[in-house]
Amino acid sequence: MTARTIAADQSVEFYNLDEHPHPEGHSTMLGFWIYLMSDCLIFAILFACYAVLGGNYAAGPAPKDLFDLKLIALNTAMLLFSSITYGFAVLQMQRGRVKGTQIWLAVTGLFGLAFLGIELYEFHHLIEIGATPQRSAFLSAFFTLVGTHGLHVTFGIIWLVTLMVQLGKHGLGAANRRRVMCLSMFWHFLDVVWIGVFTIVYLMGVLR
Amino acid sequence: MTPHPAPEAGPFLGKLSLNALPLHEPILIFTFLGVAVGGLVVLALITRYRLWGYLWTEWFTTVDHKRIGIMYMILGLVMFLRGFADAIMMRLQQAMAFGGSEGYLPAHHYDQVFTAHGVIMIFFVAMPFITGLMNYIVPLQIGARDVSFPFLNNFSFWMTTSGAVLTMISLFVGEYAQTGWLAYPPLSGIAYSPNVGVDYYIWGLQIAGVGTTLSGINLIVTILKLRAPGMGLMKMPVFTWTSLCSNILIVASFPILTATLALLTLDRYVGTNFFTNDLGGSPMMYVNLIWIWGHPEVYILVLPLFGVYSEVTSTFSGKKLFGYTSMVYATVCITILSYIVWLHHFFTMGSGASVNSFFGITTMVISIPTGAKLFNWLFTMYRGRIRFELPMMWTIAFMLTFVVGGMTGVLLAVPPADFVLHNSLFLIAHFHNVIIGGVLFGLFAAINYWWPKAFGFKLDVFWGKISFWCWVVGFWLAFMPLYILGLMGVTRRMRVFDDPSLQIWFVIAAIGAAVIAVGIAAMLIQFGVSIWRRKELADESGDPWGGRTLEWATSSPPPDYNFAFTPVIHDLDAWHDMKRRGHRRPVGGFRDIHMPSNTGAGIILAGFSLVLGFALVWHIWWLAAVSFAATIVGAIYHSFNYKRDFDIPAATVAAVEDARTRQLAAGA
Repeated sequence: MTARTIAADQSVEFYNLDEHPHPEGHSTMLGFWIYLMSDCLIFAILFACYAVLGGNYAAGPAPKDLFDLKLIALNTAMLLFSSITYGFAVLQMQRGRVKGTQIWLAVTGLFGLAFLGIELYEFHHLIEIGATPQRSAFLSAFFTLVGTHGLHVTFGIIWLVTLMVQLGKHGLGAANRRRVMCLSMFWHFLDVVWIGVFTIVYLMGVLR
Repeated sequence: MTPHPAPEAGPFLGKLSLNALPLHEPILIFTFLGVAVGGLVVLALITRYRLWGYLWTEWFTTVDHKRIGIMYMILGLVMFLRGFADAIMMRLQQAMAFGGSEGYLPAHHYDQVFTAHGVIMIFFVAMPFITGLMNYIVPLQIGARDVSFPFLNNFSFWMTTSGAVLTMISLFVGEYAQTGWLAYPPLSGIAYSPNVGVDYYIWGLQIAGVGTTLSGINLIVTILKLRAPGMGLMKMPVFTWTSLCSNILIVASFPILTATLALLTLDRYVGTNFFTNDLGGSPMMYVNLIWIWGHPEVYILVLPLFGVYSEVTSTFSGKKLFGYTSMVYATVCITILSYIVWLHHFFTMGSGASVNSFFGITTMVISIPTGAKLFNWLFTMYRGRIRFELPMMWTIAFMLTFVVGGMTGVLLAVPPADFVLHNSLFLIAHFHNVIIGGVLFGLFAAINYWWPKAFGFKLDVFWGKISFWCWVVGFWLAFMPLYILGLMGVTRRMRVFDDPSLQIWFVIAAIGAAVIAVGIAAMLIQFGVSIWRRKELADESGDPWGGRTLEWATSSPPPDYNFAFTPVIHDLDAWHDMKRRGHRRPVGGFRDIHMPSNTGAGIILAGFSLVLGFALVWHIWWLAAVSFAATIVGAIYHSFNYKRDFDIPAATVAAVEDARTRQLAAGA
């Protein structure tokens, strides 16, 4: 391929003799990003199911009969606030403040719990009035899509508590900073998914 | 519908009871006795020679991509023997069941056999084989010391193994699905499959799927982040390129399988109505979703082998690959196109002429980049100095076989033709033609090609050739009759036949399967003989074939750290370039090398997942809750371990490299 002479080739380096190890965890962010995209595909399938099956009420209740937009607006606000407060936690981390990071993470977790609480209240209400996941394909798709998001938030909160303990034990070393950033991506990702749920399931649902 | 009614669930053992043991099936009893005795002998030998500690510290807990790769290959081989036993049973049944004969397999058993055969061959044979291959070779080809996430790699392997173990348990405890390998509802729904077979199917695949997805992410990041300095994307070896595309397909399609199976699970366990016939459910939704995963899956399997053929053709023709750039673009085209063809698996669904035409045309278009690849291999061979070693023989057998399989695929892509051939043995012959001719032959080429790299000695040629000829002849004998039968309208998955004129073709196919069995036996003998004669077959150089890519630049087997100094790449075919320009291997100035530590977390977490899967299959809810909690707590506990790596001291590196220097000097 290259038309260099042999004499010039003696100077070509074939091994990196002055090598420094890769910084630890240098590809974690990329890996986590790709993981999130694979998770995104799971949500894509659930959205697709909702899009296809969402109109199959089987002579049962339709979105208009079920959804209370004021409650959902409150719920959405909880999740959006939790994203802002997670942002504050990252700002605290960048200033090197362990306590501040932990406090804002705790606030984020409380908002997350509030979101879950409202969601469980909504689910409980729906099941009580007979709009169960078994009632129709629409309700199966609804409960599965929204419930999968809720499960993700639940795991996010478990992770968040774990991380707060780890921050207390090990401070803001490189490993913990990386973990805070990964959970940050996860948390904001769930927010983005929720925007999709809010729009497609709830807003477009009551319009239909 | 089913011979056994759904058992009542108890609080302690769920649906599990002594009735779950197949005491009434003599075939299964003898199989179980064979497995039990064989297993006990192996366990006794391991104990007798005090190998448990060695296996645990050196293999089970290893994070070394090379050892994990070898373990994947062993898993694939073991499961291959199981999957092939199923194949032989089917061939025998179909050759016998004529003229009023019921054959020897009852329907309940036969339906499990064809389901298990398909599932095992795809998920627990082909997938572990290609994952193992990529695991072993890719880091070496890009000049890396390990994958990006070594612990995750170990965990992925054990999750795949747990899925395989759960599937194997179904052979002796309960039953397997009787639905065919993709478990279409409503047949796979709770109404028509009330027993545990489909649940074994679901949880086996879900557990293994976690491993597959994580290993896909791992290898993508490894290829993108850990290439040696100078190796731009267009200087990557073709095998690495095809592995990259294959892993992108894994990450972009396995989540779809996960989600689809989860929905089927909800239908079965919770009573939702995604894929049911009532209350708005849509079985066709499942068929669409499963094939949106399923079609990319076949390219996941074959793409890495296209890479193998490229490496082998170029090495054994003594030339650089013809049309490297077009090869890369063809691979990328196939990667993208594989996503827009899924509907050709059910043209008969009734989507209408326009939709069928679109998917028919996209399917035919895939043959263009694939054909380009074939011509590239032919032009690489053209005026090359071809050496007919075993890997090259497998490659040529692939070219001849795969072209036929590809052409019958284009036939099936024509919707009107598909209406006639749909679900017939023609289809069965077609996909065995491409999977055996494309994937398996490629794996055998790869095993013969890279075995010396992994173990330091070549494989025996005599037994290799016997295996080769039995496989190739056996394949044509076994599957050409199926094309003919398919054209005559015989459908797949039949247990008994009325028309006696068909029997001769099934007998020929059974003889073909027997010839393949000899080929498999010869291959096992080849491994055994080669290990026995490893001194004579030894390769001291690390480069027995005159290779062109970086994996041949290091010793065979490579040291734990692969490369004492990271190579610097100036050209495609980096090792060929280094040899051509007279590089000097560094013999001093070694430094500490930073490496990941072994950990038992992967096998323990995967073990909890296996228990979880078993508990869910049998509705043992307390055990499911306990093992689920154990998995979560175990993962959290593992995350508190912050010391995950260590340094190999420079003195150790120097000792290993000095030994290598003496070995090379002795060989020269």
